[in-house]
Amino acid sequence: MRNRDFSFWLFLTPVILSLSLVILVPFVYGFIYSFTNWNGMVATEFLGFKNYITLFKDADFRASIWFTTKFAICSVILLNFLGLGLALLVTRNLKTNNLMRTVFFMPNLIGGLILGFIWQFIFISVFGNIGELLGIEALTGWLSTTATGFWGLVILTSWQMAGYIMIIYIAYLENIPKDLLEAAEIDGASSFQRFRNITFPLVAPAFTVSMFLTLSNSFQIYDQNLSLTNGGPFNSTQMVAMNIVKTAFTENKMAFAQSKAVIFFIIVAAVAITQVYYNKKKEVDM
Amino acid sequence: MKEKKRNLIVIEIIGLLLALLWISPFYLMIVNAFKTKKEIFSGVLGLPEGFETTNFVQAFQDLDFVNSLFNSLLITVVGVGIIILFSSMAGYALARNKSKLSALILLLFVAAMLIPFQSVMIPLVSLFSKADMLNRTGLIFMYLGFGSSLSIFLYHGAMTGISNSLDEAAIIDGANKFQVFWHIIFPLLKPISVTVGILNVIWIWNDYLLPSLILADEHATIPIKMFLFFGQYTKQWHLALAGLTIAIIPVIIGYFFAQKQIIEGVSEGAVK
Repeated sequence: MRNRDFSFWLFLTPVILSLSLVILVPFVYGFIYSFTNWNGMVATEFLGFKNYITLFKDADFRASIWFTTKFAICSVILLNFLGLGLALLVTRNLKTNNLMRTVFFMPNLIGGLILGFIWQFIFISVFGNIGELLGIEALTGWLSTTATGFWGLVILTSWQMAGYIMIIYIAYLENIPKDLLEAAEIDGASSFQRFRNITFPLVAPAFTVSMFLTLSNSFQIYDQNLSLTNGGPFNSTQMVAMNIVKTAFTENKMAFAQSKAVIFFIIVAAVAITQVYYNKKKEVDM
Repeated sequence: MKEKKRNLIVIEIIGLLLALLWISPFYLMIVNAFKTKKEIFSGVLGLPEGFETTNFVQAFQDLDFVNSLFNSLLITVVGVGIIILFSSMAGYALARNKSKLSALILLLFVAAMLIPFQSVMIPLVSLFSKADMLNRTGLIFMYLGFGSSLSIFLYHGAMTGISNSLDEAAIIDGANKFQVFWHIIFPLLKPISVTVGILNVIWIWNDYLLPSLILADEHATIPIKMFLFFGQYTKQWHLALAGLTIAIIPVIIGYFFAQKQIIEGVSEGAVK
């Protein structure tokens, strides 16, 4: 097919049309509106950077960025640790390999909204119940403080996504030539040395993939945030995505919310690009 | 050798314990869904005394489950079908055209994946409301917009394994481009279509925020209904948990029948 072929464009029309109307046009419009007093329907005044100046003074928004960043860092570390651990476990020669994979992956198929509600029950009722039974003070009153809300979200997300990250690591682990590991074993390398010097460098590309996924997912989390803590207590566990949704659809400040959305895009895109670029440089070629 | 075998057994036991811990949230959900309010208050870990099925009856009615299941199925099936059809067409066209323009279009789609949903959400809803498209048709069109990038990328990658000589032979036999695609290329793309289908089903089936902004109440999907239902029954865990159990059942059934394809599909989609 060539550029001037009618069929080339015909094949592309539906997706180009939808990408344009659903992402590109709203993205450009949103950028322009963020400099105005747009109310969702019309914009009557050009405000320059006024929305952006207000936004940097907005304590809730700044807190949500900080909270999201802390959350993303903790989840990325925990998720990759768990995902790799589970992958190493289920790639051993075990009888129940497939059963374990099925179980560890299962939370991934269920939406964050529903899982958040289930864990709300667990953190509040089950933790409380166990805490009372065993007399552990720390298990009671979960989700009622900022710290327990934070760790609640980290635990929920890690539990939900670890199986997904496990699958990515499995794909790379199963690609490592068996004879390479056997040769090292014959040469007297300990299992830690084999992991450190063979397995680890060869699964490095999996870090790129899974860190990209976990980082961009953690930054954009909304459903789990809504169903587990709904931002409470006092908006202290509110993440950026939720802050934007609330500013727009609860407070009806459309242009202001859009300026937050632009900042959000810059953060997410910058993180993703840096991260992929940085990881690509370190990979080992087979 | 014996040492090794014993090690494996220990690892297996640890793994199984971990797996039990992993599904314990579902165990806790189900056993407590069968309890009365009073029973939950006195203890959440044990099995229920009598199996309280009235919780499920009420949750089933309040979730308007038949209707919301139908809405979820309709939107997911049509949405994913359209994504598969149009993305495979685009992936084919972009792979067979080796020009710079074609590479640029692919890059545009991939770059669009960097834009988070919340960054376009507000103008998107405003734009579609002006066009009177805040309905199921509009929602499905939006799913094509958000879902096509990754799907086209996957189809484009899969096309490299399909030789151009197939196209040429068919053209000589008198087929047009659409016939070539539909009768020769599309069937060969089946494995990647399964992957694309699975990834998009998981996403659209569970999506909450977008449909909650678009759909009218009578077209609410399961996650939307679940949110409203839960708000209605805070602190009434016996009902809330019964509702959550019902909402999860379709997913568990699907997973039971297609777990191998699902895990392979997800692996394929993430690694490429």
